[in-house]
Amino acid sequence: MLLDKLTSNLESVQEFEREPVPPARQKGWRSFLGMYAGEHTAGTEFVIGPLFVAHGASAGDLIFGLLIGNLLAVLSWAFLCAPIATKERITLYYKLEKICGKRLTVVYNLVNALMFCFLAGSMIAVSATAVGIPFDMPMAELSDWLPNSVSWVVIVMVVGMVTTIVATLGYEQVSRFANLASPWMILVFLAAAIAVLPELGIQHAGDFWSAAESKIWTGVPLEGQSKFTFWHVLFFAWFCNMAMHIGMADLSIFRYAKSWKSGFTSAGGMFVGHYIAWLASGILYAVFLQKSQNSLEFAPGPIAYYAAGIAGACCVIIAGWTTANPTIYRAGLAVQAIIPNSKTWKVTLIVGLITTAAACFPALVMRLLDFVALYGLVLMPMGAIIFIDFYLLPRLGLRSDYAEKAGIGINWAATGTWVLTLATCLFINFYVGVEIFFLGLPGWFVAVLLYTVLSYWVQSSKTEKTSLS
Amino acid sequence: MKKILLNIVAFAGLAMTLIPSLLVFSGSMPTQTNKMLMGIGMLLWFGAAPFRNKSAN
Repeated sequence: MLLDKLTSNLESVQEFEREPVPPARQKGWRSFLGMYAGEHTAGTEFVIGPLFVAHGASAGDLIFGLLIGNLLAVLSWAFLCAPIATKERITLYYKLEKICGKRLTVVYNLVNALMFCFLAGSMIAVSATAVGIPFDMPMAELSDWLPNSVSWVVIVMVVGMVTTIVATLGYEQVSRFANLASPWMILVFLAAAIAVLPELGIQHAGDFWSAAESKIWTGVPLEGQSKFTFWHVLFFAWFCNMAMHIGMADLSIFRYAKSWKSGFTSAGGMFVGHYIAWLASGILYAVFLQKSQNSLEFAPGPIAYYAAGIAGACCVIIAGWTTANPTIYRAGLAVQAIIPNSKTWKVTLIVGLITTAAACFPALVMRLLDFVALYGLVLMPMGAIIFIDFYLLPRLGLRSDYAEKAGIGINWAATGTWVLTLATCLFINFYVGVEIFFLGLPGWFVAVLLYTVLSYWVQSSKTEKTSLS
Repeated sequence: MKKILLNIVAFAGLAMTLIPSLLVFSGSMPTQTNKMLMGIGMLLWFGAAPFRNKSAN
């Protein structure tokens, strides 16, 4: 009864899923600034900052790599995603349906849902490291892929079940709570890092740089970790949200913007969450390493608890939960788009159970950098397709939104582009040895080239057949 | 009046989250006190901010 009521409330929300957002519902840049700052100060930040330390990024490489990488991410939102969003004013899914056809959009939704499940799973695991503190739970190590204790599995299951149940009850309350928590979370990151600076021998602001180079971002990776250079940091910062900017997932967000210039507000997320929070969580991890003599244990909960007490542990739980919860909900929506007659809460429950099972594997947290890079890479070709479809195809005399205009269920030019781009990236990775963090850049150009050529081929052969018939 | 009070409590919560850490950094506060004040700050923020937002709406 309660579930039905909540579900019907959700379904009654007007989100303009199949129509352009009308001018009366468009929003100014301030709405987006707060949203981006909140959304990008999340549970992942407690993992990514420390992983840079573990991968031996040096202080200069990190500070300048993040500066340039985040700037490139902001420019990608502002010049690639937002202009198309404010001209079309429709969701990514509807735009994909028009270009690629319904059947390919279903595949995209499935892949997206799977990625969301893994991302939410890693956040459940992060929350579990804080929930496990009073139970003396053995924490996972950087090299762990499989669960290392029964108590880990039990706590992850409990956190996952609670997160899933809350997600089935709806999105709005959690979203409100996340917005409420975000200014506090940012300050906890900052305060915790400032408070532990004396333990690293930093008594004055002038001591920071030398301690940063010798004790925090030393440039030496931990045992078993690959070495990160300036380029790793730059490309990771640029591409960790590749699915959102270059991949165009945020068309669904910026369709509400009055002007494309709102794309610049993504700087709120990049320079608060992906700069200050990453540096702060890196500092906390350096203190942990110093205390534990380079232990390979990796658990954001105890690290934050050591620096900020109960507030730190609560911050990890809240950050993980407020990221996992909407992510499970979004994954549920993506699956529901494939099975439209299913109930939202039932789908969300199933997705949540899959996510909880995935969360039991610490590999999701320990390899979060690789996973985030893979997530962006897999969805990136669709962004390149939208970009070319919007700007280039009309100038070449080819038709945009081809699937809709030709009345076809699948656009083989788009399908070919997606598959061949990923195959090319895999080839470059395996045979040329280019790491996953860098593949997005050549991949985008490959996708652009492929979609242009394949569209020309598909559309001209179709025209030929039509004129013959 | 209620709104002003809620604002004061909420911002006091944020201030108690950040300011003690600066005092720890300058050496004028022990870490345990900082952790306790951060905990109180958290309670103040989450105790007042939801009602503050509601009254603003």
